[in-house]
Amino acid sequence: MKKYTKEHEWVEIKGREAVIGITAYAAKELGDITFVEVHPEGTDVIVGDVIGTIESVKAASDVYSPISGTISATNTELEEEPAIVNNSPEEKGWVCKLDNIDLVELEELMTKEQYDKFLKESASSSKK
Amino acid sequence: MGDTENLKLTPLYNRHLALGAKMVPFAGWNMPVQYSEGIIAEHRHTRTHVSIFDIFHMGEFRVKGSGAAAALDKLLARAVADQKTGTCRYNFLLNEKGTVIDDLIVYRMDENEFFIVVNAGTRGNDAARFRKLLPSDVSFADESDSTAKLDLQGPESADVLIGLGFKKENLPLYYKWIKTQINGIPCILSRTGYTGELGFEIYFPADKSETMWDLLLKQKNVKPAGLGARDTLRLEMGYPLYGHELNLETTLVEAGFAPILKLGEKRDFIGSDVLRNSHPAKRLAGIVLDGRRAAREGTPVFISGKEAGKVSSGTFSPSLEKAVAMAFIGSVFKIEDGTPVELATDRFKITGRIASVPFYKNGTARIKI
Repeated sequence: MKKYTKEHEWVEIKGREAVIGITAYAAKELGDITFVEVHPEGTDVIVGDVIGTIESVKAASDVYSPISGTISATNTELEEEPAIVNNSPEEKGWVCKLDNIDLVELEELMTKEQYDKFLKESASSSKK
Repeated sequence: MGDTENLKLTPLYNRHLALGAKMVPFAGWNMPVQYSEGIIAEHRHTRTHVSIFDIFHMGEFRVKGSGAAAALDKLLARAVADQKTGTCRYNFLLNEKGTVIDDLIVYRMDENEFFIVVNAGTRGNDAARFRKLLPSDVSFADESDSTAKLDLQGPESADVLIGLGFKKENLPLYYKWIKTQINGIPCILSRTGYTGELGFEIYFPADKSETMWDLLLKQKNVKPAGLGARDTLRLEMGYPLYGHELNLETTLVEAGFAPILKLGEKRDFIGSDVLRNSHPAKRLAGIVLDGRRAAREGTPVFISGKEAGKVSSGTFSPSLEKAVAMAFIGSVFKIEDGTPVELATDRFKITGRIASVPFYKNGTARIKI
């Protein structure tokens, strides 16, 4: 199961863990990603907490946790090669994993269809 | 996101959109910050091949009259009177406090005529100041709206011009200009730029913008580059950007330009008294960070645990593959190449060392072609 947030994160449940990353849309908007930092393993987070920072050439952006849990892994490959997030934002460019999660929280998040619709609506409203 | 409705568009706006540009507001203009390949690819392409940049937003003035040289000599920080026809000179418009209203390039067109290229955000103020301070027998014209500017930059830029019919030996030398034509379009072609690479700036009638852009883009290895790459390229060279390293709160001496000012000579200009007797409160320094995380404008700089200054510009450097910054450091702090520094906000702390500019040492700007 994969869900999306309005802040352009995705969360995918794999077994007892949640894998978290930023969406393809977010990666494209940020442009060339030059630096990724995530809170260390063992950090407890609740929904909406900043779990890390992603920098592009032009700007720095926070990554918010889509659900609550404990950081159980971070994608260490991004330390040397942050551009993986640009090339494969929703697979190889995952940012961190959480355990101690509560699947009920996912009900608040958007499905792929709802997220795509959300992107279209925000694009048309920003053109006005 | 800001209001984009009142932004000015360059004549190449539709070309930028067609090339997949991301447009951002800059100094009142809606400008391409990058095209589809992205800032780092554009940066690397400029360092290795050749790029074109739409620089229509910058301003162009023409100053004419028998008293023009003498009048500009008083208004600008570096001498104008001794500048030879056919040359360009980097110069500065200062106020009475010796701080910087704008940095600009003066082209001497002939004995009594000058072409002056200024920043987009300062154009209106600059024009008002020139109009107010130039004597009545010297004419001033703001030709910005009718003048297009394209920058052709990169080690293969001369090859592009040679491909368009120029003879290598006829291309202008570093900081010189020629009046010429490119496919019948009259232009001023100068060997100048803001990237640190061999490059040319081309000034021509605005209504020929699309023709010139299409022609250049068709040439071998030419790709478009946006303001994002322009900024990372200039920062790797340690070139100042108005509003960051140069501003109304910083004297030209504090910004590091004393060595080219010849303050020991007799020539007086607006601000010269202050600069001659000044005790600089700060000076500009380069910093190479230890990692990829960039410091941004305003980040405090600490030396031996004491706050010593603030970052004026910072970015990830694609050539060094680590972050670099320029910062103003208080004069009481001793610094030299290699002095350790900490850049810290309440969110993060990064370490680095003072380093001389250019950060990128292999620029081709001055090579013999």
